[in-house]
Parts: sequence; C-alpha cells; structure tokens
Amino acid sequence: MSNHPDAEVLKKNAAEILAGLKDKTLSARDRIAIPPQEMPAQDPKVRCHNMGEVAVGYSEEQARVEALRCLQCKTAPCVASCPVKINIPGFIVKVAEGRFDEALSIVRQSNLFPAICGRVCPQEVQCQSTCTVGKSLKSLEKAVSIGRLERFVADEERRAGKSDSPVLPPKTGKKVAVVGSGPAGLAAAADLAKAGHAVTVFEGFHKPGGVMIYGIPEFRLPKEIVSREIEALKKLGVTIDLNFLVGRTRALKDLFKKDGFDAIFVGTGAGLPKFMDIPGENMVGVFSANEYLTRSNLMKAYDREHADTPIFHAKRVAVLGGGNVAMDAARTALRMGADKVYVVYRRTEKEMPARVEEVIHAGEEGVEFHFLENAKRILGDEKNRVTGMECLSYTLGEPDASGRRSPVVVEGSEHVLDVDAVIVAIGNESAPLLPQTNPDIAVTRRGNIIVDETGKTSLDNVYAGGDIVLGAATVILAMGEGRRAAASINKLLAGT
Amino acid sequence: MRLNKKGTGDIYRNFRCRDAVRLCEPHPGYPLATFQLFLVIYSIMNKIIERVRLSDEVYKIVVEAPLIAEERKPGQFVIVQRDAEFAERIPLTIADADAKKGTITMIFQTVGSSTHKLALLNVGDSIQNILGPLGRPTHIEKVGTVVCVGGGIGVAPMYPIAQGMKEAGNRLIIIMGARNKSLLIMEDQMRAIADELIVVTDDGSYGRKALVTEPLKELCEKDPKPAQVVVIGPPIMMKFCAETTRPFAVPTLVSLNTIMIDGTGMCGGCRVTVGGKTKFVCVDGPEFDGHQVDFSNMLLRMSSYKDVETAAHEKCHLEMEAEKLEGRS
Repeated sequence: MSNHPDAEVLKKNAAEILAGLKDKTLSARDRIAIPPQEMPAQDPKVRCHNMGEVAVGYSEEQARVEALRCLQCKTAPCVASCPVKINIPGFIVKVAEGRFDEALSIVRQSNLFPAICGRVCPQEVQCQSTCTVGKSLKSLEKAVSIGRLERFVADEERRAGKSDSPVLPPKTGKKVAVVGSGPAGLAAAADLAKAGHAVTVFEGFHKPGGVMIYGIPEFRLPKEIVSREIEALKKLGVTIDLNFLVGRTRALKDLFKKDGFDAIFVGTGAGLPKFMDIPGENMVGVFSANEYLTRSNLMKAYDREHADTPIFHAKRVAVLGGGNVAMDAARTALRMGADKVYVVYRRTEKEMPARVEEVIHAGEEGVEFHFLENAKRILGDEKNRVTGMECLSYTLGEPDASGRRSPVVVEGSEHVLDVDAVIVAIGNESAPLLPQTNPDIAVTRRGNIIVDETGKTSLDNVYAGGDIVLGAATVILAMGEGRRAAASINKLLAGT
Repeated sequence: MRLNKKGTGDIYRNFRCRDAVRLCEPHPGYPLATFQLFLVIYSIMNKIIERVRLSDEVYKIVVEAPLIAEERKPGQFVIVQRDAEFAERIPLTIADADAKKGTITMIFQTVGSSTHKLALLNVGDSIQNILGPLGRPTHIEKVGTVVCVGGGIGVAPMYPIAQGMKEAGNRLIIIMGARNKSLLIMEDQMRAIADELIVVTDDGSYGRKALVTEPLKELCEKDPKPAQVVVIGPPIMMKFCAETTRPFAVPTLVSLNTIMIDGTGMCGGCRVTVGGKTKFVCVDGPEFDGHQVDFSNMLLRMSSYKDVETAAHEKCHLEMEAEKLEGRS
C-alpha cells in the first residue's frame, strides 16, 4: 500500500535521468528504454480523509523525461485516436525542449480546456491506446503519458500566473444562445465568441460548468481549474446567465422571438439518473450518484462546518456500477467517513468503463470491489431505512451488442451485503426538460435529440451536441460535439 | 445596487456589479449590450421588496423576479438559495405573482436552517439565487365543481390554482384549515374568489372545529359530488384527503414538496412512488393523482435528514426568538 510514489523522489530521479541524457542524440531504442514516469499522488492513507487533488501532477523534470519517451512517429497514431485531433507529437516535442508555452499553444489549437481534459479524459482508450511506445513494450500502461503531459502544460501556465488576453474579433452583430454550461456548451461558446458573435450561456444551476462542477469531485478535478477556464471564456466576451432554465424560465422559441437570438446551441447533457428498478430502491439511504455527488461537490456538503446542505452519514456503503461516476461516488463516500465502501459491478475489472487510474486510486484508498455481482433488492427496517442489499452472483457469457461479454445470473446465488446506504451509479439518460417543453423537437426513443451531420436539430437555427445527443459519454466527446455545432452555426450566420 | 449589509455573499454580488458596469460601457458594433445589460440586471435582482411575518413561523416575502413573474403558472414552484457558496437550495411554492411589477410572492414556514436564514433577510436584501418557474403547471379546465383544500401554508400555493380554476368557469369551493387561528393565512383573498369558503381549525379557535377531511367528506357525499379535488398541505393531510375521496372516486390532485436539490430532474432526491412507478416530483410533478401516491414511503423519505433538521431548527429558533426580543419581525 505504501509503495505510492513520492513526488520529491520522482522529481529527483527524473532530474538524474535528464542529466544523463543531456546532449545525447536519442535513438528510438534509447527513448523506449527511458523509464515511464509515474504520476505523483497524495498518500492513499492521507487522501482518503481530504478533498485535495489526488494526483498532484508531474514536476518539470518528470514532464521533460516523459516527453523524451515519445518517438515522434511520422504516422502519429495517437492523433488519429484523439477525439479532437490534438497535434500530440508536436506539443510533446516542445515539452521535451522545455518550451511549455509553445506546447500549450499547440494543444489549445485543438482543445480549449487542456487542464480539464488532461485530468478526466480516458486516455488509455484514446490517444494512449495506439501509442507506438506502449505497443513496443507490449503494455498499455507503458505508453507515453500524453494526458499527464497535457495537464502539465496547462498547469504550468497557471503556476506561472500567466493568462493570455485574447484578441477580440470584430463583432458580427449576431446573437447566439448556448443552453447549458457543461463541456459541450462551453466549447461551443468559445468557438462562437471567437467568430465575433455575442454569446450568452444559460445555466440552470447557480454555478457554471455542468458535470465538471456538480459531478466530478474536487479530488479529481479541482473546481478552481474549471472556474479558471470559465473566466477565460468571459474574457472572450461570453455572458453567462445563471439560474436560467431554458424551457421554464424562457421557452426555447422565445429566445428567438422575445430576445432576438439568431441561433441556439443546446447542450443540456444527460442528467437524468437511471435507477435499477428493483424493490427497495426508494428507501431512505438510497441515492442516485448524481444526488450524492451534487450534495458533496456543488453544495459542498463535505464542508460540514459551513455547508447547509446535509449529506447522508453512512458507515457501510454499496455503490452500484463500474464507471467513473461509480468511482467518484465510492471515493466520496470514503471521504465522508464511511468505514467500508463496496463497488458492486456485474462484470469484471476488465470490462469496467472507468478510467484505469481511477480504479487503481479507488483500490489504494480502500474501496472494495465485488465483481460479478449485482443487486437484486434493497432491504430495510420498519422505518424504510436501508439495512442491507441482497445480491446475485454472475458469470460472463457471450459478447453482447457492445462487444462486452454479457453477465449471466447464477441461480440461487442470493447473498446479503451488510450496508446502510446504496448509491446507484449505473448511468444517466438525457435531460428531459427541453424535449418535454418543446414537443416539436425530434428525439429518439430514449429522449436524445436527433441531429444531422452538422449538429442541426429538426428545428431551424437550433443545434445540439454533447450527451443530450450522444447519451452519457465523456467530457472530450461532448466538447468535440460542441465545436462541430459551433462551426455549423458560424457557417450559417456568415451566410445571412 | 445595494449590497447585503450583513456582508454575506458579497464577492459574488460585487463580481456581478463589475459585469454590469463593463456592459454599460459603449460597445461599438455591439447593439446587444442593452439586452445583455438587461439580463445581467435581471439576475442581480431577486431583491426583497416586502416582508411580512404572518405568524410565529410563517413569513411572506415579495421578491423582484420579472422573468419568473412573467412565465409562472399555477402549480409551479421555485428553487431558492440564499447565497451561492454554502446555502442549501430549497423548493418554495409561488403564492402569487405580478407580471407587471415583475414580482413573485413566496410564503414559507421556518422548518430548517435554510428557511430560518431566509426569514432573517430584510426588505432591500437580495436572495442570491432563484430558479424557476419549475414543475409542470396545474392542468386547469372547466369540469364543474372544484374543491380546493389548503392546509397550513399549503393555502399559499393553492391560491393561484384556485384562481385559475375559478377563471376557467368552475364552481369553486375552498376548504382551508390550520392548527389554530394564528396560523390561518390568506383568508380574505380566498374568500374573494370562492363560491363557498369553509374554514376549519384543529382546536376550534376559529371557524369550524374539525380537520379538513370532515367537510371534504360531506362534499363528496353530496349529489352531484365534486368533479375535482385539489389538495395542498402537509403530506399527512394530503394522504388523508386522498383516502377521504377514494371511496367516492373523486379525482384528487395532490401537490408534493419533497426534498430537492436541483429541481430540474437531475438528482432524483425528490422521487416518489406513484402507481408503483418511480416519479420525480420536480419534472414529472409536482402534482400527482393522490390515489396513486405512496405517501408512507414519501413521509419516510422526507425524514431522511430529520436529525440534522431538528438540531438546526432548535438552534435557529433560539436566534429567531432573540431577534423577536430585539423588536424586529
């Protein structure tokens, strides 16, 4: 357990490696031989009691050593597997040279929020999955840590206290409304503002950032980083209007009629929590991960001294699900004082959709995994308070439509897990409000808004992107969608 | 613009000030500045322009919220948060609104620390965040005789619904009840719109000494029986009203006010079992068929944080008492 990497030691080792490689021309073989740089992190025994960021980030020395591992492949398979096509070898070579500003500029050409994506992207299934270094070493874990380098260059700018004052483009006189301030909305807003349109982002919550504020915990994505990216957006002239729920505070069509917007981007996300639909699910002590995390993150319930919003005090918690949200909920429960936290997932570790790093971190902190198990019903006392969860065991059968082997129940395998709270983290569905209040917008059976290849919905001048279109996906995919729709809106407004 | 003199939440408000100032500067080629300024001003409003202590634990506040005042319909509610950093988001029903003046009226009872803190705000103070109007509006149509039952502060959200029912051409019977005379609110307004008004108190200190279910049962026994009953009040009262009308098969709407965070369908904290299915009060409701609601489970769910609330109530209540001694209220 205590083999967790100490930041100072890692920095010292990296400095020695760097000194040893100085002035040497490195062959591919030399580069592959450079040891992969571990991410320094807070001691698990300490961090499971605080909300501070777990992964503390590379030192300059570590970043440069890690960057030297990149082979600068001409074919750049990493770029092809990046959802927003960052020039990865291009920025990494600048990191190796210690020109961090230039590296950041290269990243920013394709990704507006590198400090966020460097932390929350599932790199092991994207850019790093095709890295030649990882392939040569026959280990995905030994691929160049592109995400950590992306984070490093973004953090470096913040540490240096720099921030660019953007050159504001000439105004077009057109107005665009962005509905929702999550990853899709913010990415769209940035591109729309850069084209000279007057952009107003409407957010229902009292703070902007969407899932990056209410969902992803402080210990994984510090809120200060999100706020900083939003401040940068404001410098571009973007107005953010909080406590404004499009569909209720103003009807969508009234944004055109009453407020004179020329186009609308809808990025309202997948916020509706799914439940298991099992007996006992509405008992006291059963929460959606959204509720549990929103209480802790957005409402700051972890700060018991100051926050008015309560959070349920549980000693033994079961979390249902195997994604990032499940990991976030489990690790938050530990930090809220639970003695035992179980993640109950009906497949095995291999099929878990969570980022590998989050699963490792959760395990280090003491989260226990119950693989090949699932809840059958939740048990309670006469006051409907949770006293346990009856589970079934599973085996893995044939691959299903998603290509993952589907779990098959083991008959008669009922057993009870002794818990006093259950957090359901089995995914989210599209936010229901806009389709509910605009019956004429075309949606799928699941309530996702239907768009064409430009991001346009069935309504004129209304575009959509992110989880409201994709169903629950990732921050980076949502950003990509937001940018695509913004490009279409820019084109549309240029022609009018 | 006036800053909260208690100094709470000023960072945020100052920031908004700067924003407003920035947008006031001339913006060549930016004809939308006026509109944006308008939006910014709207969001810095939420200023309390009237505050009345209706009874020991019941307060009425009238707040500037023009967009909500314009859009709100009977049956809808708002989420109120006193300051953005640490305050709780709480659902409050809209008792009345004036679209011309751009104000909404909220009547609330001090039950936990958040409502107590809200009660401590003065005329001229701002409530930092108000989101709304939320929830599906009441379905209002002409059906014949409609009985509106309001218990305690449930009378407040009943007012716009009763108004709507009356305007739609229904014969309107209002039953309003409270524990005692001092807790009765809005009697004059209700009397002004009702074809028949029945007032009951638990202790007989005013009106008829009865629970609201008694006159409700009598009305159901009449021929013709009411075409529709709407009930808003404490959960236990709504439960018994639904039980009262059930044998007569009179359609009975209840308006639920469960624990919520976002109010937009995102957390599921407000979920209730209706007809065996899980429903979200914030987006599927707040009104449901009272005969289908699992009130027992709802009551238990609403007590999830009872320990925290009781502690807060006691502490806050002492503060309120102290305030009363200081001569304010």
